[in-house]
Amino acid sequence: MENLKTELKHKIIEVLNLEDVSVEEIKDTDPLFGGGLGLDSIDALELIVLLDKDYGIKLADPKKGKEIFQSIDTMAAFIEANRTK
Amino acid sequence: MRLLFWKNVKMKVMKKTDSCIMEHSKITVNGDPVFESQSETFHDFAKDAYKSLELNYPKFHKMDNLSKLAFLAAEMILKDEDHSRTAVVLANRSSSLDTDFKYQESINSQENYFPSPAVFVYTLPNICVGEISIKHKMQTENAFFVLDEFDEKFLTDYAEQILLSGKAEKVLCGWTELFQENYKAFVYLLTL
Repeated sequence: MENLKTELKHKIIEVLNLEDVSVEEIKDTDPLFGGGLGLDSIDALELIVLLDKDYGIKLADPKKGKEIFQSIDTMAAFIEANRTK
Repeated sequence: MRLLFWKNVKMKVMKKTDSCIMEHSKITVNGDPVFESQSETFHDFAKDAYKSLELNYPKFHKMDNLSKLAFLAAEMILKDEDHSRTAVVLANRSSSLDTDFKYQESINSQENYFPSPAVFVYTLPNICVGEISIKHKMQTENAFFVLDEFDEKFLTDYAEQILLSGKAEKVLCGWTELFQENYKAFVYLLTL
């Protein structure tokens, strides 16, 4: 699980072009939205694409994203339970 | 009486107050070089310029290359002044083709079909005008034209109409052309 969390932080920084953010700065329980990362609605859509592309998870209801993308902890738990690759 | 007033206004001469040129990994403001990089790609040049000029605007990294070009050139002359009454009139030749191609690549194959929302939002040339407007809280007119070549008279005439209408006090005008590694920005501020 810890590896997955670190992997997610790397992917989020890369996919969302967070050039000024380091892996160490993202805490597992930090809110991904409405916090210091400054993510917006387009970033949320990119995270849905990331789930599909890298973990084979198709999010049928984008509204679920609000719970899933609360933090690295919630995102990693969801991936662990639903990943197909 | 109204005709006489219009005639008097028309006689006002437009002033070009500041200008910026960006090409060949170099930025020149009002004729003076302010930044130069040895970077071989536009992406690296833009990143170096962003860091060197201490712009501190993280959303910059999310922009496509055309928006980065227009944004950097605009930053050089807009600075931290109040631009709520500054209009923007830009033009280029290649529209958003550079990003259109990148988006196309993400949907070319059925096996690897992952259209990127973040790339898609830049598949219009006037998005760069939006980025500049958001940063400087501009609240007046804007336009983006796709032209065969830079036509200063066309842009100046358009800017003049905006200024004479009283809808703006200044107009950020210019040419922001980018396709792959070929790019040039020439932007300037016009006032009456």
